[in-house]
Amino acid sequence: MNEIAELLQKDARLTPEDIASMLNKTVAEVRDKIRQMEDDGTIVKYCAIINEEKLTKQKDKVVAFIEIQVQPEREKGFDALAERIYQFPQVTSLYLMSGRYDLLAVVEGDNLKDVAFFVSDKLSTLDNVKSTTTHFLLKKYKENGTMLYKQSKLERLNVAL
Amino acid sequence: MSRFNNRIEQMPPSGIRKFFDLVLDAKDIISLGVGEPDFVTPWHVRERVFFSLEQGRTSYTSNWGLMELRRETAKYLKDRFAVSYDAEQIMITVGVSEAVDIALRTILNEGDEVILPEPTYVCYRPLAELAGAKAVAVSNPSFKITADDIEKAVTPRSRVIILSYPSNPTGYTIARAEIEKIAEIARKHDLWIISDEIYAELTYEKEHYSIAAAPGMKDRVILLNGFSKAFAMTGWRLGYIAASDDFLEQAVKIHQYAALCAPIMAQYAALESLQRGMGEMEEMKKSYWRRRNYMFEALNKIGMTVERPEGAFYIFPSIECSKLSSEEFALGLLEKQRVAVIPGNVFGLGGEGRVRICYAIDFELLKESVARMERFIKSL
Repeated sequence: MNEIAELLQKDARLTPEDIASMLNKTVAEVRDKIRQMEDDGTIVKYCAIINEEKLTKQKDKVVAFIEIQVQPEREKGFDALAERIYQFPQVTSLYLMSGRYDLLAVVEGDNLKDVAFFVSDKLSTLDNVKSTTTHFLLKKYKENGTMLYKQSKLERLNVAL
Repeated sequence: MSRFNNRIEQMPPSGIRKFFDLVLDAKDIISLGVGEPDFVTPWHVRERVFFSLEQGRTSYTSNWGLMELRRETAKYLKDRFAVSYDAEQIMITVGVSEAVDIALRTILNEGDEVILPEPTYVCYRPLAELAGAKAVAVSNPSFKITADDIEKAVTPRSRVIILSYPSNPTGYTIARAEIEKIAEIARKHDLWIISDEIYAELTYEKEHYSIAAAPGMKDRVILLNGFSKAFAMTGWRLGYIAASDDFLEQAVKIHQYAALCAPIMAQYAALESLQRGMGEMEEMKKSYWRRRNYMFEALNKIGMTVERPEGAFYIFPSIECSKLSSEEFALGLLEKQRVAVIPGNVFGLGGEGRVRICYAIDFELLKESVARMERFIKSL
């Protein structure tokens, strides 16, 4: 990965000025490179990683990981069906997997019933979906390389020669 | 009749003890005074040590250290710095600190002189004095000591030259050509070299050149290195000496009686770092390099002028713009802006007029510290 993307992936709030000075580049160079990556889809978007358990919410959201076995279609493989699935706003992530099932969908709903309804009504009724297995998420420990529960701050001496 | 050893008693306490106590007790400050990485030892290293403890590896090791670790260390030195030692020529020590003490006590006699380029890390002078020798400081306004500077200090009592590059506190290193000239002087005057290369791995634009790699030097160089800085392992206290057989034959006596061996847990941690830790080490190094770049530019912008450091994680800017002494600067900055830096005079000859800044801290805090230093300078 290029170094600018690497830095932004760790901290999207770094300014072009910061990055330029860290990498011995000019600010214009960094701005251009960022714009180019935004244009060509290398940088998809900027967002915050939220530990949702810390949000005060009206009601708990439910997240499920759904294993989907499918019948691939001639000439289109898995892609056509995948598109039909990921267009649903309830599906927050979708991956094609090796192993005992084919697609792994991450589905969010307001409650259990919501997700169950989505699976039984929308997902399993799609042509070429052979079976589904639904796992409900209980707790997130780490997401996108970030530990959601920070260990207590480490004590360092203020002075060490 | 005193109750204490004369040499210890006569050794002055650090002149700015009061300042350090103030910093140590301070809460809610940004400290640029820490001489260690801001990374925790990588997980795979810590995890390997859990495993070694589960296996019950809690015994002494040989005085020399684990053979496997000595072998890996010899291989590492050859791969990274092109210096060849046999595994038998490596002695594992309790940090480089113990190694410095052992090296000095092994070669020094009462009244010998130690040629010490300053400003430098603070342990060499007192340890040389404890060994009965006299430290002779040499300095260069550019902080890059030359062979000429060193030769001018040579007397019939000179016994050893201490080199410590990349340098704490300056971050500078010495070019290969100059190192070779210094090697020539050591040969000409029959001097030892103690080369503390703890920051060797953290050399940014060029390759680190060890004086042990200079032709004909292996029998006079006592090469010291360790795991604290590059592998983020300060608290494990693990270093090593690579040197000639005859030197080690003497040196091991001190280590055997004073330390017995380095802790076995730390030795397993070091082994893991050498075997599987190079990738993470390179990542950490890259992150220091980025912050070095930032800091070099930022300090010059606010009038704390400095040449670009070449290694370690320190920068040693001039504070001339403040018209203050380094102690006044550090104290004022701490009191008015809650930022701690180390006054340059602590590091000996040539250090006055500068402060040492360690940039191995969180980037946001680093930026904030620069803003506060700028405010401090403007307020004067």
